[in-house]
Amino acid sequence: MTGWEQVLTMLGSPLMQRAIIAAVLVGAAAPVVGTFLVQRRMALMGDGVGHVALTGVALGWLVGSWAAISPADTLAVPGAVIAAIVGSVVIELVRERGRTSGDLALAIMFYGGIAGGVLLMNLAGGTNASLMGYLFGSISTVSTQDLWWTAALAVLVLCVGVGLRGALFAVSHDEEFARASGLPVRLLSMVVATLAALTVTIAMRVVGVLLVSALMIVPVAIAQLYARSFGRTMAVASGIGTTVSVVGLVVTYWRDIPPGATIVVLAIVVYAAAAVLQPLLTRRHADSDPHPDMSDDVVVPASDPDCATPAGSAAGEPGTSVR
Amino acid sequence: MNAIDASDLQVVLGGRPVVRGVDLTVPSGQVLALLGANGSGKSTLVRGLLGVVPLAAGSVHLLGEPLGRATPWQRIGYVPQRMAAGGGVPATALEIVVSGLLHGRRLRPPRDRRARATAALEKLGVGHLRDRRVQEMSGGQQQRVLIARALVREPALLVLDEPTSGVDVPTQETFVAALSGLRDAGTTVVVILHELGAFTPLIDRAVVLRHGRVVHDGPPPAARGEHGEAGHDHTHPHADPEQPLEGPDLTLEVAP
Ligand SMILES: Nc1ncnc2c1ncn2[C@@H]1O[C@H](COP(=O)(O)OP(=O)(O)OP(=O)(O)O)[C@@H](O)[C@H]1O
Ligand SMILES: [Mg+2]
Repeated sequence: MTGWEQVLTMLGSPLMQRAIIAAVLVGAAAPVVGTFLVQRRMALMGDGVGHVALTGVALGWLVGSWAAISPADTLAVPGAVIAAIVGSVVIELVRERGRTSGDLALAIMFYGGIAGGVLLMNLAGGTNASLMGYLFGSISTVSTQDLWWTAALAVLVLCVGVGLRGALFAVSHDEEFARASGLPVRLLSMVVATLAALTVTIAMRVVGVLLVSALMIVPVAIAQLYARSFGRTMAVASGIGTTVSVVGLVVTYWRDIPPGATIVVLAIVVYAAAAVLQPLLTRRHADSDPHPDMSDDVVVPASDPDCATPAGSAAGEPGTSVR
Repeated sequence: MNAIDASDLQVVLGGRPVVRGVDLTVPSGQVLALLGANGSGKSTLVRGLLGVVPLAAGSVHLLGEPLGRATPWQRIGYVPQRMAAGGGVPATALEIVVSGLLHGRRLRPPRDRRARATAALEKLGVGHLRDRRVQEMSGGQQQRVLIARALVREPALLVLDEPTSGVDVPTQETFVAALSGLRDAGTTVVVILHELGAFTPLIDRAVVLRHGRVVHDGPPPAARGEHGEAGHDHTHPHADPEQPLEGPDLTLEVAP
């Protein structure tokens, strides 16, 4: 078989078709939310929410086994969605309260989420192996129904994230100014938190809760090395997320390796390469964007080029600030 | 109509009263300077007026409407003391200024955002920096971007928190020119300053804060000659160096 025929065979497999659609949607949506999280200095939020989502999975499993629903994992994803939303809203509220305790609350959430998940899963009669699919992803087991859920949520996340990016950017960049503009800061912060929760639950199928955050954050880390604007960072990150997800998935079609881990390792390799090349590429860029652009300013005609002096003398006399 | 109408304003931060019973009425079209030493509560007062920090007591009306949902946010511009640090994601001056087009009644920027933001940046002489990362700009350039973000709405009430701190003299003069244009157009301006400097001809009225209270409200102190014309005419003269003095005077002792 030629390479081309192999690709056609792969694309002909319904399993692979579903997996690729899921990978494209998740790969595109996760970095969009990740861009807001990085800007809010909450890059680890996805991890916290992911851990809590695991408890939700087990809780759904537990309720499913009580209600004798089969298969046992029918309620796992709804459980994860609910737990993730609750968790992200709690994290957001803690952050709003003040920075001192936020770190600690996040840490407690990490541990509690995993411990709760393992405990509840055992109560539900499941084994730790039942959790593995959620911990590390199980994209090859995506059912048609799963796919619909993933697609619907991913499209929702993309629409809200991209449609409201102006307002979400304003709130994430400068909360003080956003408040002084009458923007509904709290509501918009909750929107970001909820988007993060939804992203975690859909990405859970692809890369697993332990690696969810990587798919949200690493593409942003790559994009911001090169992009100059927020909008460009988001678009490039989304493109990188899609590419690494699909490439990682396709690799696992030929080699029997776990897709979630492959996708994340691929993303990190791209990041390393991008970081190494960045000084070389941006230096060339700087040559084409010369210095005079910066300094053709009102500063130039000043008789006293050492402009620090007047400002310095004023700052030196705070006691007599009123003159 | 009054642009700002605040009575018995109190702001408590970290359990301590920072603004203590301030009454402030600013008629439309007035240019008011808010003065006071570091930590006297100027920024906090302004934040309380604009709803950035919660009020422990008191009421605020902005442009005739109570602070809250009814406030005409599209006519209020605010320039904070410094550019928000932001996370690791780059943002261009254009994006920052476009975010100034959003307010309580508008969550998506208008179609002509690019043209309006560019015009605002050009008005402040930083049009050429439009597509550059603000994180890579100098302090003065960032300050201009922040002012452009406040002006892009064409506000009727403009509140500036130390727009000239760390800004060179020629740039201060461009700010003053921009502000006098706005004043002539009827904009109400509240500006926090440490010294009137180049702003002197613009200022109609000065309010001085000390320990969160208003200790002076009226003509700018400099015009009354209270603190002298030169920087050396201090309220604490050099005569008694034996007395345990506060920081500033100690500095003066060391300097010569
Ligand atoms: N978030 C906060 N929590 C607790 N205290 C605060 C907070 N923000 C300000 N303060 C305190 O309130 C007082 C007034 O601060 P504010 O920023 O209003 O002063 P300012 O007059 O603007 O000073 P500056 O001239 O240095 O800008 C200070 O003593 C400061 O320590
Ligand atoms: Mg201040």
